[in-house]
Amino acid sequence: MRGFPEYFTFWHIAGHYALRFTAYLVLAFLILPILVIIPLSFNAEPFFTFTQGMLALDPDAYSLRWYNEIITDQKWTLAIRNSFIIGIAAAFLATVLGTIAAVGLASPWMPFKRLITALLLSPMIVPLIIIAAGMFFFYTSFGLVGTFPGLIIAHAALGVPFVIITVTATLAGFDRSLFSAGISLGASPVKVFWDVVIPLIRPGVISGGLFAFVTSFDEVVLVLFLAGPEQRTIPRQMFSGLREQINPTILAVATLLVFLSVALLVTLEVLRRRSERLRGAE
Amino acid sequence: MSDTTAGTLGGKPDRLGKQDARNAAREVRARRVRAFLFVMPLLIFIMFAFVAPIASMLFRSAYNPTVAELVPASLEALADWDGEGSPPEAAQAQFALDMKRLANDRTSGQLAEEINRFLPGTSSVVKSTARELRRTDDAELSANGAALLLEADEEWGDPGIWRALRKAGQTYTSSYYLTALDLEMTRDGTIQQRDTQIYLKLYGKTLWMALIITLLTLILGYPLAFHMAHCSTSRANFLMVFVLLPFWTSLLVRTTSWIALLQTNGVVNSTLISLGVTDDPLELLYTQFSTIIAMTHILLPFMVLPLYSVMRGIDPSYMRAAMSMGSRPIPAFLRIYLPMSLPGLSAGALLVFIISVGYYITPALVGGTDGQMISNIIAFHMQQSNNWELAAALGSLLLVLIIALYWLYDRFVGAGNIKLG
Repeated sequence: MRGFPEYFTFWHIAGHYALRFTAYLVLAFLILPILVIIPLSFNAEPFFTFTQGMLALDPDAYSLRWYNEIITDQKWTLAIRNSFIIGIAAAFLATVLGTIAAVGLASPWMPFKRLITALLLSPMIVPLIIIAAGMFFFYTSFGLVGTFPGLIIAHAALGVPFVIITVTATLAGFDRSLFSAGISLGASPVKVFWDVVIPLIRPGVISGGLFAFVTSFDEVVLVLFLAGPEQRTIPRQMFSGLREQINPTILAVATLLVFLSVALLVTLEVLRRRSERLRGAE
Repeated sequence: MSDTTAGTLGGKPDRLGKQDARNAAREVRARRVRAFLFVMPLLIFIMFAFVAPIASMLFRSAYNPTVAELVPASLEALADWDGEGSPPEAAQAQFALDMKRLANDRTSGQLAEEINRFLPGTSSVVKSTARELRRTDDAELSANGAALLLEADEEWGDPGIWRALRKAGQTYTSSYYLTALDLEMTRDGTIQQRDTQIYLKLYGKTLWMALIITLLTLILGYPLAFHMAHCSTSRANFLMVFVLLPFWTSLLVRTTSWIALLQTNGVVNSTLISLGVTDDPLELLYTQFSTIIAMTHILLPFMVLPLYSVMRGIDPSYMRAAMSMGSRPIPAFLRIYLPMSLPGLSAGALLVFIISVGYYITPALVGGTDGQMISNIIAFHMQQSNNWELAAALGSLLLVLIIALYWLYDRFVGAGNIKLG
C-alpha cells in the first residue's frame, strides 16, 4: 500500500479505511447469499436451513441424497435435457443470424443504422412479461405454443441483442479494408465473410453465443407461458419447485448451476484475453 | 487523400465526369444494398419472432370484436340512429330477433357482460330480456319488437342503453385502457375515476419499489466501484470476479438463496435467534422487504459495472490536486469526482430502474401479496382471470413507460454504450 500524502489528516485516513471496509461488506453481500446454498445442498434432512448436526460438522448430517434425486427423478433429467436442447438450438440460431447481421451493421454504408440497431437490441429492453404476453397471443395462431420450435425461436430472439453487442464490439477493431480486399480479388461476399471475417472475429462470436446460451438457459418467464409439460426446463422446474414444494433438490441444482457459471466466467475471461491479444497483435 | 493530390497537382478542385458520378453512385448503392442484405435475415427473423407478437398484443388491447360478431344486423340497423330519443322501430325489432337467437345459442351472457362494461348495471337487463324473448315467435318479434322489449324491461325505453350497445359494438375500443387506468365510462358517456384504485396504485407502487431498489444499488454500488477503480489492476480484476459471478449466476439460483436465507426457519432467522436478537422468527419472506432486498442483490452488478468502467477512466490527480490545495475531502468529492462519475451513475441507475420496473420472477417467488409488481398482475390476467385484453392494455402501458425510460437512457447514456462483463 502506498503511503498517504502529507496533507492527509486522521479523518482522511479513517475515511479511506471506512470506504474500503464498506466495499468489502458490499462484496460479501454480493457473494455470500450464493455461497450459502452450497453447504445447504448437502443437507441430510429435507430442510432449507443448517441443522444442529451440520453446524457441529457431523458427517452424518451431510449427504448426497439430493444430488442423487436429480439423477433419478425423471422430471429433473427431462428438464436438464430440455434446457440444453433449447439453449443450444436458440444460441446457434441467434449466433448465426446475429453475426451475419453485425457484419452488415458495422459497415459504414448500412442504411437506417440507428433505427435497425435499436430494433435488434429491443428484446433486451422490453420486459419479459410483455414479450411473453405478445408471443403467447401470436404464437398460438401459428401452433407454436407448447412446442420446441416455438421456445427455440422465442429464446433466440432474446439472445440476438447479446450476439449483436459482442460481435459489433469485436468488429470495431476489425480492419474493413480486408473485406474490400477480398471482394476486389474476386471472392464473393459470402466467401470473404467465411474465410476472412469469421476467423478474425471468432472470440466475439463465441462469447456472443455463450451469452445467448446463458440467456436461454436462465430464462423462465417465456417458458412459463409458451412451454407445455414436455418442454419444462431447469429454471421452470425450479420455479414450480419454489412455489409448490420447497425441497433441497432445488439447492443441489442451484449448486450445480453456480459451478456452471464459474466455468462460463472462466471461458469468457479466456476468450476476452485472446481477443485482446489478437487486437494487440495488429 | 485523393482530394489533396488533386489539389496539389491540378491547382483546381477535381470534378467528376458524368459517367464517373454515375459509377460512384452505383457503387454506393451496391454497398448499401450489400450491407443491408447481411442484416436482412435477422431483421426478418426479429420481425416475426419478436416485433409482430408485440404489435399484435398492442392491437389486441384496443380490439374487441365480440359484440360486433354477436349482433351485426342490429348494429347495422342502429348505424343511422342519431342517438336521441328511441331508436327506429325496425332497429329495435331486429335487436329483439337477435336477442332471441343469442338466448337460444346461450351467448346472451357474453353480450350482457360487454354492454355492462359501457353502462354498469345493465347486465341483468340484457339477461332477463333474453330469457323473456327466448320463446317468442319470430313473426311477432319483427312485427312489434319495440313493444316486446319494453314489456320485458322498461330500461329499453332509455336511449342510454342503446347508446351503450352501439358503443360496445365498436370493434375498436378504449375500454381496456380505461380499466387499466382505473377510469370508467358513466351512464351519460363521460369518463370518471373508479371508486377503487387498483392499477394506478400498482403502477405507483412498482415505480416506488424500482426507485428504492435503484437507490439501494447506488448506495451499495458506488463505494464498491470506487474502491475497485482505485486499487491496483490485478486486485481490481480479482474483486471483479465477485461482481461477475453473481451476474452470471442464474436468476433462480439467486432467488432460491434469498428464500433459503429469509424463510421462517431460514439462515437469517436462526442466526438472529441464536444471537438472542429476537425470540420469535421474523416474517421476512413473502413481503415487500424480501422483494426489494432480493432484487437489490440481483441488480447490483448492473450498477457496479457501468460505474466501475467510468470511474476507471477518471484521473485521480484531479482529486489529489483539489485536496493538496486545501479542499476538504467531501467538498472535493462532491464538486470534482461526483460530476465526473455522473455518466456511469446515470447509466447504472437508469439500467437498474428500467429492469426493475418490468421484473416478474423475483416478486412472484418472494413477494407474497405485498411485494407484487405490475408484471405480476399482467401474468395474473393472462393465467388466472383469462382477461387477455386487459393484460394486453396493462402491458402496453408498461411498454410505453419502458420506451420512455429507454429514450431517456439513449439521450443521456447512448444505447450503443451498453457493455457486457
